[in-house]
Amino acid sequence: MGAVLVETNASPFEKTEVDAITVDIIENALSNAREEMDAVLFRTAMSPGIREQGDCFPMIANREGKMVVGQFGSFIRGFLDAYEGEIEDGDIILTNDPYMCNAAVSHLPDWLVLVPIFKDGRLIAWSAMFGHMSDNGGMVPGSIPISAENIFQEGIQIPPTKIYKKGVLQEEILELILHNVRTPEWNRFDLNALIASCRTASKRCVELAERFGDEVFDTTLSIMLDRNLIAMKAIIQMLVPEDEPCIFEDYICDDGVGMGPYKIKCKMWREGEKAIFDFAGTDPQAKSSVNFYVNEELFKMFFGSFTINLVDPQIVFNDGFYDLVDVRIPEGTLLKPTYPAALSGRTHALGRLFDVLGALLGQGAPDVLNAAGFSDSPHLFYSGYDDKGEWFQLFQIGFGGIPGRPVGDGPDGHSLWPGFTNVPNEFIEAYFPLRISAYETIPDSGGAGLHRGGNGLNVAYEFLCDGKIAIHDDRWLTYPWGVNGGKPGLRSTKQIMRADGSSEYLPSKCDGIEVKKGDVLHFNTWGGGGWGDPLQRDAELVLTDIRRSLVSVDGALAYGIVIEGSADDAPSLRVDAAATKALRAKMANERESILLFDRGGTIEEIKARCLEETHLPPPEAPSFPS
Amino acid sequence: MSYRLGVDVGGTFTDLLLINEETGETHSAKVPSTPADPSVGVLLGIERLVETASLDLSNIDRVMHGTTIATNAVLTGKGSKVGLITTKGFKHILQVARSFCPGGLGGWVSYVKKPLLAPLELTIEADERMGADGKVVAGLDEDALRRDLDALHKTGEVEALTICLVNSYLNGIHEQQVQKIAAEKFSGVPVSISSDVVPEMQEYERAETTVVNSYVRPEVEKYVTNLESALEKRMGADTQLSILRSDGGLASGRSAAERPVNLLLSGPAGGVSGAIYFCSRGGYDNVLTFDMGGTSTDVALIQNSTPRIRRETRVGDVTVRSPSVDVRTVGAGGGSIAFVPELTKALRVGPESAGAEPGPAAYMKGGKLPTVCDANVVLGYLPSDVQLGGAMQIDKEAAVTAVKTVADALGIGVMEAAEGIVKIANEAMFGALRVVSVEQGFDPREFALVGFGGAGPLHANALGTLTGAWPVIIPPGPGVLCAYGDATTRIQDEASRTYVKMMKNVSLPALKEELVALQERAESSLLADGIAREDLVVSYQMDMRYVGQAFQLTIDFDKAELDAKGTALFVESFDEEHTRLFTFALEDGHEVVMLRAIVYAKNAPLPELKVVDSAGSLNDAKIAETEIFYNGKTHKATIYARGALGSGHVVPGPAIVNEMDSTTVILPGHIASVDPVGNLLIKPEETH
Repeated sequence: MGAVLVETNASPFEKTEVDAITVDIIENALSNAREEMDAVLFRTAMSPGIREQGDCFPMIANREGKMVVGQFGSFIRGFLDAYEGEIEDGDIILTNDPYMCNAAVSHLPDWLVLVPIFKDGRLIAWSAMFGHMSDNGGMVPGSIPISAENIFQEGIQIPPTKIYKKGVLQEEILELILHNVRTPEWNRFDLNALIASCRTASKRCVELAERFGDEVFDTTLSIMLDRNLIAMKAIIQMLVPEDEPCIFEDYICDDGVGMGPYKIKCKMWREGEKAIFDFAGTDPQAKSSVNFYVNEELFKMFFGSFTINLVDPQIVFNDGFYDLVDVRIPEGTLLKPTYPAALSGRTHALGRLFDVLGALLGQGAPDVLNAAGFSDSPHLFYSGYDDKGEWFQLFQIGFGGIPGRPVGDGPDGHSLWPGFTNVPNEFIEAYFPLRISAYETIPDSGGAGLHRGGNGLNVAYEFLCDGKIAIHDDRWLTYPWGVNGGKPGLRSTKQIMRADGSSEYLPSKCDGIEVKKGDVLHFNTWGGGGWGDPLQRDAELVLTDIRRSLVSVDGALAYGIVIEGSADDAPSLRVDAAATKALRAKMANERESILLFDRGGTIEEIKARCLEETHLPPPEAPSFPS
Repeated sequence: MSYRLGVDVGGTFTDLLLINEETGETHSAKVPSTPADPSVGVLLGIERLVETASLDLSNIDRVMHGTTIATNAVLTGKGSKVGLITTKGFKHILQVARSFCPGGLGGWVSYVKKPLLAPLELTIEADERMGADGKVVAGLDEDALRRDLDALHKTGEVEALTICLVNSYLNGIHEQQVQKIAAEKFSGVPVSISSDVVPEMQEYERAETTVVNSYVRPEVEKYVTNLESALEKRMGADTQLSILRSDGGLASGRSAAERPVNLLLSGPAGGVSGAIYFCSRGGYDNVLTFDMGGTSTDVALIQNSTPRIRRETRVGDVTVRSPSVDVRTVGAGGGSIAFVPELTKALRVGPESAGAEPGPAAYMKGGKLPTVCDANVVLGYLPSDVQLGGAMQIDKEAAVTAVKTVADALGIGVMEAAEGIVKIANEAMFGALRVVSVEQGFDPREFALVGFGGAGPLHANALGTLTGAWPVIIPPGPGVLCAYGDATTRIQDEASRTYVKMMKNVSLPALKEELVALQERAESSLLADGIAREDLVVSYQMDMRYVGQAFQLTIDFDKAELDAKGTALFVESFDEEHTRLFTFALEDGHEVVMLRAIVYAKNAPLPELKVVDSAGSLNDAKIAETEIFYNGKTHKATIYARGALGSGHVVPGPAIVNEMDSTTVILPGHIASVDPVGNLLIKPEETH
């Protein structure tokens, strides 16, 4: 069974000859349309999460549901298989249920809008957009309850549902949904914005088909898919070894309810022209909400988007190469949990997959290997009633250190996620009972290397009203690793300085924490790992970083650099050349070898030092019911 | 007899236009720019004009000037060393910026951040805090500041100083306090403070804008002073120098030098103003402008002969909060390089450009790679033979050889490849025109399209076909259009402040008080320049949004409208505009974000300008017969001399109209008529 497509015009699409230049022109126009989708969304959305931070993802697919432009891959075929009903001109489908759309979205706060694009009675394409809503109901404000044990606790589940039927808004359904969330007006507006964005794409597709002809348009989309197929074929030959599989393991530090770390393991190899990614050996699913239900096609997309720039930076990236990649994820694991496992806290495993992927691809080619980076999007929630008795609910995404890379140092306090930006502090202070008393990078938090890892951020939130906070972060236990001799970056910490003079370290994942007026939370994110041998870094560059307050005088020792002069008088600082030479020689002598990956020790060693270094007890090794 | 002089200093040429303010008679000159000291080129041009117009220099009362000096300082990274003072805890404000890595998924892998315009080693913190309500949370620690200023001064590196403190957009008292203390140490160093330069919410954008102001300020100040004194020496002390700002208004030399951040798009604004001048006189008040140069193309939308103004200005990687004519730029120009990636066999054009050096292959300056310009040569749009009307020495064979590399990679003929390159470049420019029209809710078919700049007239006809914007207008002297713009605009200034309030809580009397205060601020610079109060005209703007939106819309209004309708005026206008842009409006939730007063000086009206008008026949204008390639076929075409065309002439396509610094292509199936103003109006044949 599955969806039944209703087309009033039964004439089939004939493949036709399209010259290369017309393809290039349509390709260009479609990528403009995709950018316009973002622009429309940002201008009309209301919640800070979408409009300031850009937490949303657009797509245009061909009539078969293959993504032609976009970045998070197509899920339309999965949806079509799962949906029982007719699809007609004017329908707009809304869903947020990962289990009902083959994990097209991976947790409930992501609302996905899907629009079939019809022209003259025939389906010519699809547009889709999903965005992170401020709230989805459920146990906690922001709807990412750490301790949830099943998806029912995470708020309203919307199976694929027509929110517009033949062009008519299904108002009662909409009101039913909005009645279940804490921020109904934000969601209403954001949903409007998602729909406006998809409609824009629909309009552009219809215009293109009018300009060039429906047949040419349809054929061109196939050609664009083929271009990616050809490019990726070459890339796979280049990067994926046939004989010796690459294996990499990384971790998410804990599940927020006392167990961890959870292993993500992947083995990569090539059979003929096919690349295979096998996640056998990944830990079973967690009891709490840190599971990440991975759509295999989404992972293919990660792989492609990471590598395709190597051959044609201007190519409009799409999923034409999917048949070249085989992703195997065992059922019941952290990456493919069994229904109704909780999913809302999936961001850590999602981010970590990028580190895993980067490490796998870089093993055979250290020159293109990046260190471990800011592979997460940490969240802070702060909610309560302000002095006027009005409900407020803040959702903030954190930023941190981009890793050291072959092209150079990692930027400090930036985002790995496409399109994400921080929210201006003055904006936050104007609209929420908060004062930001520091917003600065943490010196030495970027791993030392020939190319330094970017620094993490220290954001000091002073709460001006009593309320509750929730924190979602990771890499507090395991390190953002360095590569090719580079050192790991500093890990994340969360410390709250109470107005009464006491202070405490908060776990990396917690919710329902009460805060009082005057309390200050230091939300410290982690730094990126270093790239290459720090002993080879130009001493003057290290000195400049010191003058720029990005590295400390003591921190310079990690590069084997000895500084003379007073730290209080930055211009007076000089590199002590003789002492530096001696120290570098000594360090080079004492180290055993240059590590491809420096993880800062084994899990056992890290756990043994845990309480002392992080002020938090180590998590227990996960135990899984067999 | 009094004259005004328009001067546009571009990267390569300095254009001058002299207007007799009584008769409307014009004279123009083009001389090479002198980058080391641009005033040298300006004076040289003036001498040239004086020779041809034989007039007394003291008759020139007003010099109106567009300049790229601030733009170039930013683009080449050759501005001043800027020291920055932030609030304690925010010293990394520029380092972190908005945390944004450009590019898609994985874009961070290759992202290289540009050096900060105020380096961190010259950044210090002030221990103070202003609240989000504009009230002081913690006073300034003056002793600590003096110590840190001392250390900063000792570096000996600071050439300009910027102060940007958190929440100063609500209350600038701490910034003023810091400025006073800094002046003790840094006498003679220009200081820019953010509450003065751009009192708007968002600390990073405000800091960056104020820093950019400092970054270009010493250079601009020096330039303006040099030019002013050179002009005075040559023309007398009563000569008034005005400089065109990014928003298309003129500012006095003095006020421009204090706020050079407002000059970043002075160049393109001049082009847009010049285009408006000729289009409106031809009866076209709604136009799309299309200014194609060597490396990039600027487009803008003009409604009712008024350009849309954007609240930010972008130059290269730098974005500042400063009003500018809403010009969108795409990296496609005559010098854009075409290539074919080996695997995908796609034809790509740009963003790499051959620039002026080594330039297109056809220009014989060492360039070998095929460019858009070469494709134009291959297709016959740019006649290669001077005898055929080509103004420059052009090597057609070199162009063919270059384009053949692309043709071979694609497995198609040279002509087809050349046409492909031109089509793809046109598509990129079409994309930019869509951004300013369709994406803003405007139908381009309701506009005319005006092409200018070195390559604009070559591509304008094709862009007319893509957009459906007819007629396509090629104004007289498309290469000196900026100077026309400079000479025909008004002196203006503005003042704005953040005013965040729900519309329902806005009190009309309080609002009016704010507007009066803003008006006083805005007119102060004009009054200081000696303009009489009765010659000033004021208008207002309010930026609004639905509460929670990041996007804001600007509503223009004047006092009479406000008196008549009260705050209902804003709600109505906003809903109308929002519906046009996004197809919907909400019933409530209207929020005010910013208020602004714009004050300009009434100009004495200019008589109609007289441009060259030939009395000869169309036949007299023919230079030669040639061939062009279009739509897969070779067509016979005629080359005409623009200077020999006059009002009423109708040029049938395919044709090429040639003049000193520009070439216009009229495609098969189109005709071009010359209107009384001197514009070439290109239209499809059947609509004639």
